[in-house]
Amino acid sequence: MPLPLLVPALLAATLVSLVCGAGLGASGLTWSEVLRYLWAGLSGGSISPDEVPAYTIVWELRFPRAVLAAVVGAGLSAIGIAVQAMVRNALADPFVLGISSGAAVGANAVLLFGALGALGVWALSTAAFVSALAAMALVYAVARTPRGLTPLRLVLTGTAMYYGFSAITTFMVFAAERGEAARSAMMWLLGSLGGASWGSVPIAAVAVCGGLAHLAWSARRLNALAMGDETAAALGVDAGRFRKELFVVCAAVTGAVVAVSGAIGFVGLMVPHAVRMLVGADHRRLLAVAPLLGALLLIWVDVLSRTVLAPVELPVGVLTAAVGVPCFVLLMRRNSYSFGGA
Amino acid sequence: MHIETTALSVEISGARLVQDISLHAATGQFVGLVGPNGSGKSTLLRTVYRALRPTSGSVLLDGDDLYGMSARESARRLAALPQEATTEFDFTVAEVVAMGRVPHQRALARATAEDLDTCTTALAQVGAAHLADRGYLTLSGGEKQRVLIARALAQQPRALILDEPTNHLDIAQQLEVLSLVRGSGLTVLTALHDLNLAALHCDLLYVIESGRIVASGPPHDVLTPDLLADVFGVRAHRVRHPETGAVQLLFDRLLPTPS
Repeated sequence: MPLPLLVPALLAATLVSLVCGAGLGASGLTWSEVLRYLWAGLSGGSISPDEVPAYTIVWELRFPRAVLAAVVGAGLSAIGIAVQAMVRNALADPFVLGISSGAAVGANAVLLFGALGALGVWALSTAAFVSALAAMALVYAVARTPRGLTPLRLVLTGTAMYYGFSAITTFMVFAAERGEAARSAMMWLLGSLGGASWGSVPIAAVAVCGGLAHLAWSARRLNALAMGDETAAALGVDAGRFRKELFVVCAAVTGAVVAVSGAIGFVGLMVPHAVRMLVGADHRRLLAVAPLLGALLLIWVDVLSRTVLAPVELPVGVLTAAVGVPCFVLLMRRNSYSFGGA
Repeated sequence: MHIETTALSVEISGARLVQDISLHAATGQFVGLVGPNGSGKSTLLRTVYRALRPTSGSVLLDGDDLYGMSARESARRLAALPQEATTEFDFTVAEVVAMGRVPHQRALARATAEDLDTCTTALAQVGAAHLADRGYLTLSGGEKQRVLIARALAQQPRALILDEPTNHLDIAQQLEVLSLVRGSGLTVLTALHDLNLAALHCDLLYVIESGRIVASGPPHDVLTPDLLADVFGVRAHRVRHPETGAVQLLFDRLLPTPS
């Protein structure tokens, strides 16, 4: 599919979806009201006092939630691509580095035991991000060799740490014995955008935009790296050093994303493959399309998660799989997609 | 461009894989490295295309220190076909060849008309223009090797490093690969398994055993029955190729290993 058509189309669809994300829900607002509130929020315009509750729903709850869904979806998709090239494994996803389960330890310490209470509403995302960085430092320290980071060691270390951190989290849930807290811990592990507010958008947005910029700048080097370290060296790319650079970027973005949304699975594994089926394996094309497709997917998945069984909210992870798997199977059946040479 | 290594040594976890190797490939020369498996040929070549930093000694390209240049700069002078060239991802042939332009391109710049031209020419030069839209992973071994040569040519290098470029190829593909490489007119430094192919194609041979050069010179001078017995442990007869006059070897049997 030609990119000059695909990218603007996806961009337009994403913008329309953001508005839909703000409009769709249980409160029965008309679209003209929704648009007016969004405009008021964007332009700083005024509304009448009796409109405040509806305005709050649209501008303070739903819209930041849709924006955060877009940011998280874009981040996870792009990082999925980078991690797959970095460990040269088509089955890798952003969570294979063990960063997300590290973040979960911090998040659950807050949810279950009220750690960092002094930070108030910031406690959860701060704890998640800080423990993500700690997990990153640990994985790095264990996986590094004098020749830099090698793909297999990185995957093995990440996977081992993943189980280690998960064990700590499980133990914490087990030890806490607080019904509601255990439920929110579970919600967090499966991923949720329920905690979204304007406060949680900037950190994630800055991390994701920074990460995307770095990856776009590295797209050609990612191509070289995907062909193997030896080939990369012959093309003037120092694989060991580049992989360290990627590791830091991926870990920081994953940490920031996970801190605001929990561990939303599937997006970071499947969106990269879906996009490869659409535009091929060249990372310059992949990185132009994948963030938009990921954003689009997650906006709609989040809308579904809070409307399908309203007022009960489904974990996003359940729906990313429910929406994503059929789409993915369809794409795979239709294309002669060559997956790891098979 | 001439390539030179001076007193090059590589040590990995205490093992000396390459010891004190000094070799020289003059401009336009086709230079072969032969030796038993594990003798250090690949390790030596990897230091030349910068996949591995030597422990001591230096690599010189036209007299300039390789490790004093940026990786991009040396990749513009020197292209390589490493032994391992697998990928998990479904690149097209055109995309694989385009990677040869990476050392010439700025990170965010679009491919220029010159980039595209260079890639098209390189693919045509190896007779693979018709493969451009095929998936690299779907190609046969011989086709893959041709595409990788095209990628190396797209780098517009002045020298080519090859590590066993004829492995797993049938005889026609082996001859084709070597004649493509020869036809490029570049300085070539290649590891080769097949001693008869080496004798036919190389201007100069270095024989490597246990990380050291044990003999060097034109194939005719180097590939003697004594050397084959010493280094490879086989008994062989030498004959002259009836048409080209190159020395060729007929292998008789394995020699008993001295105990």
